[in-house]
Amino acid sequence: MKIVVAIKQVPARDSQLRIAASGKWIEEDDLTHEINEPDAYALEAGLQLKEKHSGEVVVLCFGPERAGQTIREALAKGADRAIHIQEEDPGAYDPLAAARVMAAALKTESPDLVLTGLQSDDLGYGQTGPILAELLGLPHATIIMEVEKIDSGIRVKRELEDGWFQHVEMPLPALLSIQSGISKLRYATLMGIKKAKSKEVRRVSAADLGGKPAAAVTLQRVYLPERTKRTQLFEGDAKTAAAQLVEKLKFEARVL
Amino acid sequence: MSILVVMEQRSGEWNRMSWEALVAGQQLAAAMNTTVSAAVLGQGLDAAAAELAGKQITRAYAVEHDLLQEYTPDAWAAALRQAIAHSGASLVLFPHTYQVRDFLPKLATSLGKVAVSDVVAHRIENGQLVLVRQLFQGKVYADFRFAVEGPNFASVQAGAYRADLLAAGSAEVEKFTPALVAGEIRTRPQERFREAARAVDLSAAELIVAVGRGIKEPENIALVQELATALGAELAASRPICDAGWLPMERQVGSSGQTVAPKLYMAVGISGAIQHLVGMKGARTIVAINKDANAPIFEVADYGIVGDLFQVVPALIEAVRRR
Repeated sequence: MKIVVAIKQVPARDSQLRIAASGKWIEEDDLTHEINEPDAYALEAGLQLKEKHSGEVVVLCFGPERAGQTIREALAKGADRAIHIQEEDPGAYDPLAAARVMAAALKTESPDLVLTGLQSDDLGYGQTGPILAELLGLPHATIIMEVEKIDSGIRVKRELEDGWFQHVEMPLPALLSIQSGISKLRYATLMGIKKAKSKEVRRVSAADLGGKPAAAVTLQRVYLPERTKRTQLFEGDAKTAAAQLVEKLKFEARVL
Repeated sequence: MSILVVMEQRSGEWNRMSWEALVAGQQLAAAMNTTVSAAVLGQGLDAAAAELAGKQITRAYAVEHDLLQEYTPDAWAAALRQAIAHSGASLVLFPHTYQVRDFLPKLATSLGKVAVSDVVAHRIENGQLVLVRQLFQGKVYADFRFAVEGPNFASVQAGAYRADLLAAGSAEVEKFTPALVAGEIRTRPQERFREAARAVDLSAAELIVAVGRGIKEPENIALVQELATALGAELAASRPICDAGWLPMERQVGSSGQTVAPKLYMAVGISGAIQHLVGMKGARTIVAINKDANAPIFEVADYGIVGDLFQVVPALIEAVRRR
């Protein structure tokens, strides 16, 4: 089974975010970056499918040069090779324009299965998977917990709301966006890290793939949320803060 | 320009978020001086369409077809493309349900558009519609605008608009039968099912102490359990804790777990991703203990301690026992 996993590099989850001077994005230069966590689960699902059915896992990443580090980490975990669509200003591409470049990069690949994470931790559109499916002409399903190979294609377990689930069958090739947290993520082994150095990373520019910045929707400005609710904060050492909190819960909120 | 709200129902039962999306539609129509209609997809929709027609909308479209009995992204996208063209709407709103997340990007892409997903608010600026979304899991907000001619698409986050503000009225029902081809539907949905019945009913708990990622190791959960016991509270958790198997799924609060509204909800080491907030923001009093002062949980908290939970929680246990 040939599996493509789309991954994105985003600021680390515990980053302290500041708004950039432009007011259009956050200040990213002094942040550390890592794989978008939902994509790490898509990669894990891809690696597990490969272990079961043999084949190949190809990592696809649209991002700036620094995303090369995240790609290496994916290769160290067991992906076989990678396609890095380099673009220093991916923010100029809306989700559709970004997916068009990714679809163009996959033209010569014809994978059996394309996997994505559910959404990105930064922009959080949660749309790349189904957009890519439509552009590639593939059937798709989202919020997937399990993937099982069957004679007619695949059978997946979809999560619905309120604790409901549903199995869905579809032919291959197909695209799935994988639910986060469905399995334990593996670490790269020392051997894996060593091997990753000699694995192929095909680097292409977005422009070479016919990509161009486009925005059917434009991001006007970003800002820190204004508090709609006034939170009473207790400061000082833990003991004092805890005592003050219990006092308030007892006599002001009257919930204790 | 006019607005169309796409409602979600299954076997005659509404997804309640649909009414919030309809309120968003009514408010946008008022702000933009235009009209709003609503559409519902399925089969045998007489009762649903009649109910919809009792709201302040121009038209209630019942989009019916045998192939709309069970949800598939292929049928939904094809049916909606036709229904939207028929309605002439230039802005189409959806509730941000799991189902909408599944088909809306496909629908928008097939028309060369990008949907603005998970909208929390709107404004009109210089006659232009501005939609507000959360980025970085709620830590940053952003204003978006449509840059191309309609139809444009947006989905509305759960709880962003109040369903109780829905205006009643009287609209006409119009049946619309899309042209759908069975052979073009590629996915085959099976029966829906629920896993093991829930043994813990968090929705009945008066006091809840919930633990999140900040707890770091499974063995540290005992500390939060001790706080819950001291308070006489039920222990709950955010999704990552249950995914990791540190606590059973039945203790999960949030969009994929239980929705709770206790007297007191104490969130320990929970940053407050929107999927968690929708499950607990109805609590009467919310307390947040988190090391990150910018964590979104403080957006909904009445009281908060910014600090290391491994120091705060033991101090809190002691203070609770002394009360």
